[in-house]
Amino acid sequence: MIRLEPRGVPSRGLALAVPVAAALAALALAAVPLLLAGAPLGRAYAAMAEGALGSRFALTEVLTRATPLILTGLAAAVAFRARLYNIGAEGQLYVGALAAVAVGAGTLDWPTPLLVPAVLGAGALAGAAMMVGPALARVTLGADEVVTTLLLNFVVLLLVQMMIEGPMKDPMSMGWPQSEPLIDAATLPRLVEKTRLHAGLLVALAAAGLLHGLMARTVAGFAIRAVGEAPAAARFAGLPVGGTLVAVGALSGALAGLAGAGEVAGVKGFLAADLSPGYGYAGIVVAMLAGLSPLGTVAAALFVAAVFVGADSMSRVVNVSSYIANLIVALSLIAVLVAGVLTRYRLRYARRPAAGA
Amino acid sequence: MQASLDLLFTVAFWGAALRIATPLIFGVAGAVLCERAGVLNLGIEGIMTAGAMTGWLAVHFGAGLWGGVLVAALTGAGLGLLLAGLTVKLGLSQHVSGLAVTLLATSASYFGYRLALPAAASPPRIEPFRPLDLPVLSDLPILGPILFQQTALTLLAIAAILGLGLFLARTPLGLAVRAVGENPAAVEAQGIDVHALRIGAVVAGSALMALGGAFLTLSAFNAFFFEMVAGRGWICIALTVFAGWRPAKALLGAVLFGAFDAFQVRLQQASGGLVPGQVFLMLPYLLSIAALLIGARHASAPKALMRPYIRGER
Repeated sequence: MIRLEPRGVPSRGLALAVPVAAALAALALAAVPLLLAGAPLGRAYAAMAEGALGSRFALTEVLTRATPLILTGLAAAVAFRARLYNIGAEGQLYVGALAAVAVGAGTLDWPTPLLVPAVLGAGALAGAAMMVGPALARVTLGADEVVTTLLLNFVVLLLVQMMIEGPMKDPMSMGWPQSEPLIDAATLPRLVEKTRLHAGLLVALAAAGLLHGLMARTVAGFAIRAVGEAPAAARFAGLPVGGTLVAVGALSGALAGLAGAGEVAGVKGFLAADLSPGYGYAGIVVAMLAGLSPLGTVAAALFVAAVFVGADSMSRVVNVSSYIANLIVALSLIAVLVAGVLTRYRLRYARRPAAGA
Repeated sequence: MQASLDLLFTVAFWGAALRIATPLIFGVAGAVLCERAGVLNLGIEGIMTAGAMTGWLAVHFGAGLWGGVLVAALTGAGLGLLLAGLTVKLGLSQHVSGLAVTLLATSASYFGYRLALPAAASPPRIEPFRPLDLPVLSDLPILGPILFQQTALTLLAIAAILGLGLFLARTPLGLAVRAVGENPAAVEAQGIDVHALRIGAVVAGSALMALGGAFLTLSAFNAFFFEMVAGRGWICIALTVFAGWRPAKALLGAVLFGAFDAFQVRLQQASGGLVPGQVFLMLPYLLSIAALLIGARHASAPKALMRPYIRGER
């Protein structure tokens, strides 16, 4: 019989070891679907490592994919800290992208130093507006924000399709449903020539640094953590619990909206319905792997991005479906949840239930 | 507009409404069962996807239609066991665990589909369930076409949710399930195993959800498509709140929802392309959000919903 016995405060080393162990466990568990597909394991893992880390181009590709994941990861991390379960990052990302196109596709004729911040700001604002409603519904009516934000993701995706087939459609796109492109002055500069890596990465890193400062060093950060960990105590201490939740919702939505604006202004240059291969949902995995820490989010986003990029080339080399990447990401979420139990409890093996347990 | 309203009184319309409602009836029955036992099952979207895929795959490989239904139910039960392990045994966040199960079940279904049918350019078809032709019943006026010319799965869904209502209201085990959702410590004091009851409810509820998915591939359509569940799982979670966690009201809510969806399709046809089609497609999701907001006002949620039970802790 196995019992769980509470541990005191988990050590720092353990807190770091858990996500690493979870990530490795998820990669190891991927052997099961790979074997089912009849893929040679050695070649498969080698192709994955090679594809993600084996060349300068591969590394820039990982950083490019990590950019939106850092932002959606931060969006989940800050909201989950306050126990506001914003699962709508995917939808907020897309409204952010819509806003970026609305501002950057020729509406404003500003020089780059003004226009790029305007494009990113519009994306962040749209994302924030998108999450304020669900946060308010939770605070005033007690409506579960998980369900409202999940349902809104479908609404937003339909809205995007409507816009890129209608009012925002690019007349030069030969009938493809995509928006008009951003003007040159609105696009984010490349960080490395002839790759897709763009300055959005710096924005994402700055956001992670700022959020770390906010959470660790300010009263607002303390309020967010207090509302998440002990709402009754927070209310008793005079903290505005509802107001904090709505503000956290706005911040979380803004980060996800920024991710969408960044993808439009940095990678694609226009909006199409396949802008995000599930960055919003993967952001939840990133945040959980990071233990909801803003700086940890950067590392976790790099891991998830490497899985996506590496699995892409693995799926080509050993000819398995590229859904293996989503499978590994989902497995790492389950692994980190289970591993998290081990930081809070230790396993005790007992012949029979101990008396007084 | 008048023509659209007349439509509400036709037999064909309500038959379509019930057909659209069927996966929701299965899903909401499963969600009510899990939540009455105190576990929010956000694995539902992935469990429905997995049920749709495995049920269809079993039929494709010759298991027969009822074999497919059984395979789907077992798939759902297995995923329910995983969710119960995370949320009941380990006491982890029900929100995050449920999403984890949805992500895992969805990606595993897509991977498994590609694995089983690597070369399929267009999805292969199966011979789906046929509408029933029962003696006497199918020939009844009004009720016959609405209720008894559906496929067997629709009748199974209605039987399942009404049976769930009787089970919860009238049986000792049903009372125990409701009690672990309200006050698990009191149940424990009666010498009943809280964890076993909750695990059982989540496993059975997940099996029901998977049947909702299987209806899509074995009855509504005849093939498996990616993203075919399209948020129906989340709609069921919203309907559960709207119905105040009561099976009979949940059945009514699902049918009303089906009616609205059927009406929306006719309205779209009647609008003749003046309004973009996406506006109509948004309506079911917006209606679900409205239902959730209305339902959330009366706080009749099971008291211990989303609270893990750890022996000796309060």
